[in-house]
Amino acid sequence: MEIKKVIEELKVKFKDDITEFSKQFGDDVIRVKRESLRDIVRFLKKTPHNFAMLLDLTCVDYMGEEPRFEMVYHLYSISNKNRLRIKIRLDENDLKIDSLTSLWGNANWLEREVFDMFGVHFNEHPDLRRLFMYDGFEGYPLRKDYPLRKRQPIIPMRYEDAD
Amino acid sequence: MPTRLQNEANKENLLINMGPSHPAMHGTIRIMLELDGEKILNSEVEVGYLHRGFEKTCEHKTFFNLLPYTDRLNYVSPLINNLGYVMTMEKMLGIETPERSQYIRVILCELSRVSDHLTALAAMTMECGAFTAFLYYIQAREELWNIIEETTGARMTTSYIRIGGVRADLHPDIKTRLAKATKINRRVLKDNHGLLDKNRIWIDRTRDVAVVSSKMAVNYGFGGPCLRASKVNYDVRKAQPYLVYDQLDFEVPLGDNGDNYDRYLVRMKEMEQSLRIIEQCLNKIPKSAGPEELLIKGLEPEDAIKTSRSKRVEDTIKLSPNLEGSEKVKYPGILTEDKKYIVPPKEDTYTSIEGLINHFKFFMKDHGIRPPKGDVYFSVEGGSGEVGYYIVSDGTDKPFRLHLRGPCFHIVSALEEMIKGHYVADVIPTFGSLNMIGGELDR
Repeated sequence: MEIKKVIEELKVKFKDDITEFSKQFGDDVIRVKRESLRDIVRFLKKTPHNFAMLLDLTCVDYMGEEPRFEMVYHLYSISNKNRLRIKIRLDENDLKIDSLTSLWGNANWLEREVFDMFGVHFNEHPDLRRLFMYDGFEGYPLRKDYPLRKRQPIIPMRYEDAD
Repeated sequence: MPTRLQNEANKENLLINMGPSHPAMHGTIRIMLELDGEKILNSEVEVGYLHRGFEKTCEHKTFFNLLPYTDRLNYVSPLINNLGYVMTMEKMLGIETPERSQYIRVILCELSRVSDHLTALAAMTMECGAFTAFLYYIQAREELWNIIEETTGARMTTSYIRIGGVRADLHPDIKTRLAKATKINRRVLKDNHGLLDKNRIWIDRTRDVAVVSSKMAVNYGFGGPCLRASKVNYDVRKAQPYLVYDQLDFEVPLGDNGDNYDRYLVRMKEMEQSLRIIEQCLNKIPKSAGPEELLIKGLEPEDAIKTSRSKRVEDTIKLSPNLEGSEKVKYPGILTEDKKYIVPPKEDTYTSIEGLINHFKFFMKDHGIRPPKGDVYFSVEGGSGEVGYYIVSDGTDKPFRLHLRGPCFHIVSALEEMIKGHYVADVIPTFGSLNMIGGELDR
């Protein structure tokens, strides 16, 4: 099934849930409402669309824009060789989105990474903890307002000249 | 702070740490095991010991400057990381690269793939006690790395594949060297097939251990040999052909069960295919200047600079044949012609005003490579799966956001499920067969 057909079907079936269809450098992008993410993804995962693989899941911080955060999902269909990007904007004061762990195994770690780096909360995630950073790390490193050279070592730094 | 497993584990069971400093944990990773005797009831994988803030760093580097950071992701096959990043940028900028450079890229990426597989299998066999096989694999890898070093100037931190083409041409004597290396590689593959394929110890430790069904492999976003060992036919080189892969003849080997043995066998077969690709490329690659033409006769560089102070230099300039020499005259057909995206040849920079302006325009702050606004995803087939880059550009010379889809991130995230119900000793070959690379996993 070609990606064009998939997009057309989505246009009919999720008329109210998808706010934008676009193309970025040849990739198909849809922008969806936060509440309907799971329904759309579940629909896409089934035959005949077969988007069986969650390629990637990440977040982008557009500081200064409203809403501030954007979740980006990449789906891939092995049988149809289609890629699809799904975007969802999240407000800074309400950083919550449904978890996809019930649909994909790798969503577990990917969502933990996004939680670790951006502080996005995933509803119904079985084990939402930091992944790369240690427990007790303050702030979210990949946010734009986190300074590049800020250090917070787990063991305090020992300086030579300090007594 | 207690970890999840420490909280959840039954008090009567033994908790044991494997790693982060453990000889079999390539890089640093911690696997916590809850054991009943030798049987693994539950486990918890903890990563992040090698987190260097790759993505954050990239946001503060220009598109040209961040290339060396990509070397340090999957440090066993840095050229494929270079390629992934560079091709994502080329997709964004709409650059067409010369055909010769595409073949060079394919040859070097396949060399990297073979060395990646060799390293993975070497580590896996050594941890299972097969030290001879390890030495054979490493010997074969050494041959490949010598070729990579001669061409790129470095063994691991190559930064060789550049936006618009490649940094320098192949070594003039590449054909004989590659012929020698492929011969040694084929012999090593044959020897190791003989050593391992029907080896009782090897089979006992790998057959039917950590079986991954095709459904589970897809569900976890596996890629590369791990996915294909589970009988899923997905290879980025075939599914979304890039470079000249659609003109080359190669097969995608598949496994049957998705156990450790299949992951080993798929890697072995894939190396054979990669060697085939390299041989085809050598026959098909468009000709460049011969070795005698590479040494350009002409003015000495110092004389040219002196002349340029009074008048325009019309003659060709003699340059040393090292990597710092000129790309323009010496190596035609390896970089795009578009001056916006490539470092101008040094002979131009030092002798003409246009070259100097080009040089400044390329390196000055807020100039240089500035892709249009938007976001792009592109992926290439890496050693252990799909290496994808997601880049968001805001129109400046630095990426607004750069995200790497590291293949082993997805694969290692399935480790907990894979070793459940097996024995402690099974963790070692299972973990070895996943080819976890810390630099790429933790970024």
